[in-house]
Amino acid sequence: MPTWKLLLIGCGLALAISTSLLFGWWQVDGPGAPERKARESKLPLPIGQMDFALTDHKGNRVQATDWLGEPLLVFFGFTYCPDICPTTLADITGWLESLGDDTKHINVAFITVDPERDTAEAMAVYIENFHPAIAGYTGSSQDIADAAAGFKVKYERIVTGQTYTMNHTAGVFVYDAEGRFVSIIDFHESRENAVPKIRRALER
Amino acid sequence: MSSIKFLGAVISLTFLMAVGFISPAVPDTARNDEVIVEAAWARASIGTSRPSAAYLTIRNEGDETDVLTSLKASVSEVAEVHAMTMTDGVARMGPAGAVKLPAGHEVVLKPGGLHVMLMNLKQPLKEGEKFTLTLTFKGAGPIDVSVPVLGIGASGPVQ
Ligand SMILES: [Cu+2]
Repeated sequence: MPTWKLLLIGCGLALAISTSLLFGWWQVDGPGAPERKARESKLPLPIGQMDFALTDHKGNRVQATDWLGEPLLVFFGFTYCPDICPTTLADITGWLESLGDDTKHINVAFITVDPERDTAEAMAVYIENFHPAIAGYTGSSQDIADAAAGFKVKYERIVTGQTYTMNHTAGVFVYDAEGRFVSIIDFHESRENAVPKIRRALER
Repeated sequence: MSSIKFLGAVISLTFLMAVGFISPAVPDTARNDEVIVEAAWARASIGTSRPSAAYLTIRNEGDETDVLTSLKASVSEVAEVHAMTMTDGVARMGPAGAVKLPAGHEVVLKPGGLHVMLMNLKQPLKEGEKFTLTLTFKGAGPIDVSVPVLGIGASGPVQ
């Protein structure tokens, strides 16, 4: 066979291989990948695609995927928050009370955006004031950053004099038992709006 | 101060209590000239390291705009009005500055809006206790109001 024919076959093969590699990358890791699509959208990721660990208020390390199997409500806040955080946790308490027995199998996660002050013990003392289904989560600042990235939550430390406060995304995320994102309950949403959203997640 | 207005306030408050709109821990109503401060309550605190919040309603029944210029609480070193604002789902909180009270209007401080931020607590705020909050207005001067402390999980005095 002439050398030029071998070269041509070689080039053709190389092109075919690189095209299929490129196509595969596009679908699996590239812009065409469903995971990547989810990561790049503003919507929270499905729980199954989240990769982080947190420490719960009892001091246990838990993986995001440990929440799979039961519907999930997630709220980010901090215990030094005097207004919106206790109000949201009181709202969640009210929703859970009106759902009654249906909430026996539901995970409710209050994740701090202020791990420096919110230790596991601080979270334990704080959540005692709200519905017993609510669990508190903290971790290293990297753990919190990873969790926030999964839920597309923004937070920022604001220094005021000798102390500081936190700006943070304030909605409550609703997930079904398979870890699929169902909806967000915004602050100021009435109980009449919120309860059906949770019920939808429970019934899916 | 018109005694008829005062009587009206007492009667309506009694009525609200009677029909059960207001819990027995009735927040005190205080007034000076034409400015009325009512429905005050605060959230209990865990210890003294965390700030707490108080809420109330201010009504200006006079003919001129008044301004809430400063606050002083018996339980904290600092008391100031803060505003909670929401942009793109992100909650931010910061000083609201002097609060303007147009004639004939009321300003409601409530969860998720305006609150009195109680910072550097001198003592824990315990549920069931009361403390004194002094609101100083440019026109009406200082008004003392007694603030009942509700639970940490409370959203207001109305059940
Ligand atoms: Cu504040």
